Amino acid sequence: MIEITNITKTYGKGETAFQALKGVTLTIKDGEFVAITGPSGSGKSTLMHILGCLDTPSSGTYLLDGKDVSTMTDEQLANVRKDNIGFVFQAFNLLPRTTVLRNVELPLIYAGVDSAQRGDRARSALLAAGMVESHFYHKSNELSGGQIQRVAIARALVNDPTLILADEPTGNLDTKTGEIVLGTFQKLNREHGRTIVLITHEPDVANHADRIISIRDGLIVSDSSSHIATKRPTHI
Amino acid sequence: MILETYSALSANKTRSGLTILGIVIGISSVIALISIGQGAASSVNSSIQSLGSNLIEVLPGAARAAGFGVSQGRGTAKSLTPEDAAAIAGVANVAAVAQEISGRYQVAGAGTNTNTSVVGVSEEYATIRNVQMADGNFVTNIQSSSLQKVAVLGPSVVADVIATGTEPVGQTIRINGQQFTVIGVTVAKGGNGFGSQDNMIYIPVVTAQRYLAGNSYLSTIDVQAVDAPSMTQVQSDITDLLLSRHNISDPASADFNILNQADILASASSITSTLTYLLAAIAGISLLVGGIGIMNMMLTTVTERTREIGLRKAIGAQRSDISRQFLIEATALTLIGGIIGIILGSAVSLAVNLTGLITTTISFGSIALAFGVSMGIGIVFGYYPARIAAKMNPIDALRYE
Ligand SMILES: Nc1ncnc2c1ncn2[C@@H]1O[C@H](COP(=O)(O)OP(=O)(O)O)[C@@H](O)[C@H]1O
Ligand SMILES: [Mg+2]
Repeated sequence: MIEITNITKTYGKGETAFQALKGVTLTIKDGEFVAITGPSGSGKSTLMHILGCLDTPSSGTYLLDGKDVSTMTDEQLANVRKDNIGFVFQAFNLLPRTTVLRNVELPLIYAGVDSAQRGDRARSALLAAGMVESHFYHKSNELSGGQIQRVAIARALVNDPTLILADEPTGNLDTKTGEIVLGTFQKLNREHGRTIVLITHEPDVANHADRIISIRDGLIVSDSSSHIATKRPTHI
Repeated sequence: MILETYSALSANKTRSGLTILGIVIGISSVIALISIGQGAASSVNSSIQSLGSNLIEVLPGAARAAGFGVSQGRGTAKSLTPEDAAAIAGVANVAAVAQEISGRYQVAGAGTNTNTSVVGVSEEYATIRNVQMADGNFVTNIQSSSLQKVAVLGPSVVADVIATGTEPVGQTIRINGQQFTVIGVTVAKGGNGFGSQDNMIYIPVVTAQRYLAGNSYLSTIDVQAVDAPSMTQVQSDITDLLLSRHNISDPASADFNILNQADILASASSITSTLTYLLAAIAGISLLVGGIGIMNMMLTTVTERTREIGLRKAIGAQRSDISRQFLIEATALTLIGGIIGIILGSAVSLAVNLTGLITTTISFGSIALAFGVSMGIGIVFGYYPARIAAKMNPIDALRYE
C-alpha cells in the first residue's frame, strides 16, 4: 500500500531551483498495475525515484505499508529498497560479464540470504519472469534486449517486494519484444498479485496497465482506470 | 565475491596488469634490497670474525710532535718494537701475542712477476688469526731467529707465482730479488680484496726486518685475550704499558692505536645497518609510487562504473557493501602484486647469491612484512576511491551517462 500526500520535489537552490513535482497526492493499493504517463520532462522519473525510495521528497509525506519513508536516512532507505522495492530500468539493468543467475541473486546477497536459498529463489524468479533454464548461466552481455529486461524483472521480484517499479522498461525494445515484456508484467500482476508501477511516455504501453495516471509539469492531470480486474494476491 | 572481484579486475586486463606491475616492482625491490643489505651485513660480520677471536690490534699511531709537527701516516709511523710485543705478552689475561711487519714487494716465480703483500710474522700469528694450513707448515720462531728465507703462500698467490700442476712446497720464489723457499700453503678463507688473507705471503718476522724492511719496527702487534670479558682490561693495561714504555704522559698524544675487535664489529654493523635502511627506504618509495598507481586506477574505475554503483544501490546495497567491494578489488590487486613481487624479489636475491659476491638471505620476516605491506597499501590507497563510490547518490549514479 502506497500513500503519498502533497509531495513536492525541488532540484537545486535559489535562482536555479526547479520544482519537478508540485504537489502530488496518490494512493496505490496492493495488487494494482498502474501506469504513470506523461511527456518527457513532466516529472515521471522524479516521482518514480521517490516511490522507489531512491530519493526523498522536498515536502509532503510518503507512507509505504504504513511506514513513513519520507524522512529516512540513506542507510534506512537502502534497507527499504532491499526489502520492499524491485526496479526495472530502461538500460544498464544487469551487471556486465556476470551470469544471469548471479545478477538475479544480487539483491539476496545484499539482503544476507544464504547461498543455497539464493539459488532456489533466483531460479523460481527467473522462471516466473519467463526465462528458460538453459540461459541461467549465460553472461548478461550474451542476451537479447528482451531477455535482459526479463532477467531484470526476475531480479526485481526475487526479494518478494511490496512494489515493482519499471522506468521505461520497453524504451529500448522493438514493439514485438516490448509486448512480450509487458505481457510478463501483466502475468506477474494477474497470476502472482504483484503491485506494479510502470512509467512510460507511450500511451500504447500505458494501456497494458489497469490504471493510468497522467502527469504534466509535476502535477497529476488525470487518473483513470482502463479496465477493472479482480485479483487475489498470491505469492510466487 | 572472489568471482566478482576477478571479473571486475579482468574486465581491463592491461590496466590491472600495469597497476599490479607497480606493486610488483615495489615489493620485489623491498625483498631483494633488504636481503642484499642483510647479506652484506652478515658477510662483513663474518669476515671480521674470521680475523680471529678476542683480538686486539696494536697499531703504530701518528706521534704528534709538539709545536709545528705534522702527524705522520700510520704506515710510516715507527713506534712499535719487538720489545714492546714481548712486554705486552706479560700483561694479565693475554693468551698470545704475534708480531707483524707488512709491506708490498715484487714477487717473482714461474715466469710471472706480481706486486704482493708480504707479511713478516711470528709463529703465534697462525693461532691468533685462525690461519689453517692446506699444505706444509707455517713459519716458526726458530726459522725467524735463524733468519731463514722461507715463505708460506696464500692460495691466491699460489696461482700467481707457482707454475700450474707443480707442488708449491719446495719451490723457490723471489721476493724483492731474494730467494725464498716455499714451506706451506694456507687454506682459502674466502672474501675478496680488502683484508683478504688469501692474497698474502707470510715470512718469518726477523727475516722480514733484516732483508726486506731494513729496520725492526713492527706494523702491527696482534694480541689475543683469554676471553671476551677480559678484553677491556687487556686493552687498558696495554695502553698504560706502552705509554710508560714510550715515556708519554698524556694519553692524547699516544704514538699508537689500539683496535678492539668488538669496536670494529660494532662500527661495521652500524654502517651495514644504515645501508640496509637506506635500501629499504628506496624500496619503500617505489612501493609508495605503486600505491598511488592503485589509487589512480581505482578512482578511474569508480568513475567508469558509476552506473553499476547506482544499480547496486537501487537494489539494496548499503554504503558499506559498495566500499567493501572496491576495497577488496584494490586489496586483491596489491596482494597479487605482492605475491608476484615476493617471488621476483626472491629470484633477484637468489641471482645475487649465485654471483658469489654476497650471500643473501631471504628472511621469513621480510616476506611476511612484504605481504602485510602490500595488503596495507591496498587498504590505504583503496580507501579513498571506495569511499567516493560508497557516498555516491543513487539517483545521480543512475542518471550518469
Ligand atoms: N538532478 C536534477 N537536477 C535538476 N533538475 C532535474 C534533475 N533531475 C530531473 N530534473 C528536471 O526535472 C524535470 C523532470 O525530470 P524527470 O523526472 O526525469 O522527467 P521525465 O522522467 O518525466 O522525463 C526535468 O525538467 C528535468 O530536467
Ligand atoms: Mg524519465
